[in-house]
Amino acid sequence: MPKDPSIKKVLLIGSGPIIIGQAAEFDYAGAQACRSLREEGIEVVLINSNPATIMTDLEMADRVYVEPLSVEFVERIVAKERPDGIVATLGGQTGLNLATLVAEAGILERYNVRLLGTPLRAIRQAEDREEFRNLMREIGEPVPESWIITDESQLDEPLASNIWPLIVRPAYTLGGTGGGIAHNETELRTITKSGLALSMRHQVMIERYLVGWKEVEYEVMRDANDTAITVCNMENFDPMGVHTGDSIVIAPSQTLSDKEYQMLRTASLKIIRSLGIEGGCNVQLSLDPNSFSYYVIEVNPRVSRSSALASKATGYPIARVSAKIAIGMHLDEIENAVTRKTLACFEPALDYCVLKIPRWPFDKFVGADRRITTQMKATGEVMSIDRAFEPALMKAIRSLEVGIYGLANKAGNTLSDMQIEEAIRVPNDERLWAITEGFRRGMMVEEIQSLSNVDPWFLRKLQGLVNLETRLKTGGKALGNLVQILETDAAPSVETLQEQYGLVIRLLKEAKRMGFADRTIAEFAGVSEGKLRKLRKYLGIVPIYKMVDTCAAEFEAATPYYYSCYDTEDE
Amino acid sequence: MKAILALEDGTLFEGQSLGAQGRTSGEVVFNTGMTGYQEILTDPSYAGQIVSLTYPLIGNYGITPEDFESRRVQVEGFVVREAADIPSNWRSTQTLADFLKERGIVGIQGVDTRALTRALRVKGVMMGAISTQDTPESLLEYIRTSPNYSAADFARKVTTETPYRWRVGDTQPVALDAPDQAEPRYRIALLDFGVKYNILRSLANLNCETTVYPCTATAQEVLSQNPDGIFLSPGPGDPEQYGYIVDTVKRLVDKKPIMGVCMGNQILGYAFGSKTFKLKFGHRGSNHPIKDLNTGRVYITSQNHGYAVDPDNLKDGMEVAHINLNDGTVEGLRHKELPIFSIQYHPEASPGPNDSAYFFHQYIKMLDRFYGNN
Repeated sequence: MPKDPSIKKVLLIGSGPIIIGQAAEFDYAGAQACRSLREEGIEVVLINSNPATIMTDLEMADRVYVEPLSVEFVERIVAKERPDGIVATLGGQTGLNLATLVAEAGILERYNVRLLGTPLRAIRQAEDREEFRNLMREIGEPVPESWIITDESQLDEPLASNIWPLIVRPAYTLGGTGGGIAHNETELRTITKSGLALSMRHQVMIERYLVGWKEVEYEVMRDANDTAITVCNMENFDPMGVHTGDSIVIAPSQTLSDKEYQMLRTASLKIIRSLGIEGGCNVQLSLDPNSFSYYVIEVNPRVSRSSALASKATGYPIARVSAKIAIGMHLDEIENAVTRKTLACFEPALDYCVLKIPRWPFDKFVGADRRITTQMKATGEVMSIDRAFEPALMKAIRSLEVGIYGLANKAGNTLSDMQIEEAIRVPNDERLWAITEGFRRGMMVEEIQSLSNVDPWFLRKLQGLVNLETRLKTGGKALGNLVQILETDAAPSVETLQEQYGLVIRLLKEAKRMGFADRTIAEFAGVSEGKLRKLRKYLGIVPIYKMVDTCAAEFEAATPYYYSCYDTEDE
Repeated sequence: MKAILALEDGTLFEGQSLGAQGRTSGEVVFNTGMTGYQEILTDPSYAGQIVSLTYPLIGNYGITPEDFESRRVQVEGFVVREAADIPSNWRSTQTLADFLKERGIVGIQGVDTRALTRALRVKGVMMGAISTQDTPESLLEYIRTSPNYSAADFARKVTTETPYRWRVGDTQPVALDAPDQAEPRYRIALLDFGVKYNILRSLANLNCETTVYPCTATAQEVLSQNPDGIFLSPGPGDPEQYGYIVDTVKRLVDKKPIMGVCMGNQILGYAFGSKTFKLKFGHRGSNHPIKDLNTGRVYITSQNHGYAVDPDNLKDGMEVAHINLNDGTVEGLRHKELPIFSIQYHPEASPGPNDSAYFFHQYIKMLDRFYGNN
C-alpha cells in the first residue's frame, strides 16, 4: 500500500534532554524522520524540550514546539494543531513512554488522532517483561528462567531456585538504570530495592545471568504488509553481563557460522512479526559459545542507540525508513537512498568491519566506580570502519580522545600482574588495555579467555597486534635510521631504499595496514611524528578511500560515504 | 608464498597463496554473503567458477564438515581478502587454509576483493585464473587456452554417477538397496544437476524420502520406482547446454507434481518454450529481495545464478510468479493448471536466509492435493 492518504499532518515526539543512555542518536533519528516525512509531503509538527538539537532547527519541521515532554503539553499541541497522527518510536524511551501515557489519558480518541507505526499493544508487549515472556513462550522462542517482582517480599522464589548469579532488570527504564548482577542474597536485595524505586511501573525482572555467553543483536524492520528484513547484526566483544551501550561492538558478527547467524536472524524476524511492529526494532539475543542454545534477552520496539550505530555502519537509514513505514509505506516502495537504484527492501552487505567503543566520563569523574555492568555508564561512543578488525580497533581507540593512541594506556605498566588479571576478569573501561598488557607480559589466549570470557577470535587479534608492536619496537632503530637517511641532502630513490631496507619498509607497511598511528611508530623509531610521516609519504605508504555503499560494490552508489584504509584501489 | 589472480581482460591482482599451490582457471564471480563460505565452497553450482567473497574476513569460524553441501569442494578457485589463521567456533575442526590445501584447491588471499568486485560489476563476469607459479604473461596465456565456461557441460561433471537415496533421518547419501525405514509421507525422484544436501535434508525433515538420479537419466528411469513427485535440482553451467535434460523434463511435466530450484527453474523455462540469457554479473549473495507477484509479499533470498529465464515466449500455461526487485528478472515460475512450480533462488538456504523454506511445505501441499490427502 502506498502512503496513507488520510495522513497529512503528524506530531513527532522528540527525546528531550540528553542523559546517559539516551544521547544525540535520537536527535539524529528525529532529524532524519522530519526530512523523510516532509519528502512525502507530510506536514511535521515537532515537540522536544531540548532546544540544543538539530531537529528543533527551524528548517527541519514545519512547526517546532520547544515545550516540556508531558501529557499536558502534548494534549495542548494536539488540540491546537490537530495532527492526523503521532510518531513516537523515534524519540527513544522518552518518546515511547510519553506516547503510552498520552494514549492512556484518552487523548488519541478525544482528538481523533492515531498513533502511527508500531501499535501501542506491541509497545506494551515488548516493554512489559511478563507479557513479553508470555509471547515468547507462545511462539516457541526461548527466554531465560526469570521472575517478575513488584515488591521485595516476592524474592522468596528466586532465592529458593538457588540459581546464581542473577541479573536484575527494572521495567520501563532506559540504559538499564537501576539494574545489576547479584551473586548472593544481600546483593539481590539491594539491587532489587533500587530497581523497584527507579522503574516507572515499580517492576523488576530477575533472571538467570548467562555467564560467558555471546551477546548478539539484530536490527530488524517490518512494514504493515508483514515484509520483514534485518538491517544488520552486531556481536559484542564483551560477553553477557555488560550493557550493550557499555560494550565494544563489532558489525557484522565475526564468530558466528552461517547456521548460527541464520538461526538468530530467523528468531529476530519471528519476534518482530509476532509483536506486529511497524518500523525498526532491536532484538538482543544470547548465544551459548558451545552449542546452538540461545535465549532472547530483550526487544526495543523502537529506533534505538543500536539503530543509529547500525545505520552508520551499513548506510541503511533506519529512522528515515521507519518514518516512511509509519505513514503506511511498504519496504518495497521506499528507495535505497544510497544506490538510488535499488529499494529499501533488502539487507545491506558489508565489505568492511565496523567497531564501536563506548566513551565513558571517568576522566571527568575521577573517583567513580569504573566497573561496567548491566547499567550503562558510557556517555558517548565512537565508531570506526576499516577493511579488517585490527585497523578498525586502532582507529576507534584514537577517536576516543582519551590520550591513548594504541595498545598501551598510561596505567598499564605500573600495575602488578594480579591487578592486570583483575582488570581482565572484571569488566571496566580499561579492560582492552589490560588484555594487551596481559599479552605483553606473556599471558596466553586461553588464560585471558578463561578470565574474561571474551571470544578467542578477538583475543587472537589483540595478541597479533601486541606481537606486531614487539616487532615494531625491535625494528624501531632501523626505521629511525631510515628517517635519518631521508634527512640527508642526497636522499636515495624509493627503489634504492626498497632494495636496501625492504624488510623494515614492509614492517612499516604492515603496521599502517594494521592501524598503528604514526605517533606510536615514531615513538618506537625514536623520531618525531612529523619526520616519520614524511618518510611514510616518501615511500608512498598512504591511505586510500573506499565507499560505504550498502551493497558491497554490487551496485553503483549515488550518495555513498567513505572510509580510509591501507588497501589497493582508491575510489 | 606469492600468488596472482588474472582476469581475461588483463587485470591483475597480487596476493598470497591460500590452500594448494599450482594454478586454476574458471569464470570469476563474486558473492556478497557475509557468512556461509563453507556452504559456498561445497555448492556444486559453483563448479567451473573462481569465487571471490566481498566480505573481507573469511574463515573466522573454521571448517565444520556437517555444514558441507556436497561431498567435495566444487569451486575452481577461491579469492579472499583475509583468511583467518586461527578460527574460533565450537564446531570447527580445521582452518580454511588447511582444508583448501587438503582438498587441492588453489586460492589467493590479500586481494583487494572490492576492487575485483567493481571490475566485474562494470565489465561483467569473465574468465580468470589464479596461480602460484606463473608470470602474468604465462597466466594470461593459460586463461586463453582454458575452455570457456559457457561451453562446458558442468551438470554431467557434478551429478551423481549412480542413483542414491536420502531417507528420512539420513545425514548423508545411502545406497539404493539400503534397508527401508518407516514409510515416508512421499517418495520424491530428484534429477541431479548439482544438488545441495540441504534440499535433501529439507525434504527429509518433511518426512519425504528422495531418490537422486544422474542428470543423464531418462524419463523412464526417473519414473521407474513410481515416485510421488519430481524435483529438479540446482546446478552449474549455461542452461543452453542442457537440451538433453530439457527433453527428459518435457516427458515428465504431465506425469507427476514437479518442483524446480535454480537450474530446475531454468530447465522448466526451456521446457515451456522460453530461453535464458546471461546476467552481467549474476546474482550471488544472501540479500536479494524478490517479490511474490501473487501476494505482493517480499522476501529476502539466498541466490546463486548467472542466467535468468526470459519471461517472453513462456507458453502452455507457464507464467512468471516471482521477480527480483533489484533488476526485475524472473525469479520463479508457476503453471496455471498443472502441479508445477519453480524458483530461481534457494529455499534450502545454506547459506543465507531461511525465509523461503515455506516452498518445501508448498510442495508437500501440492502433493497432498494431487493425491487427495487432505
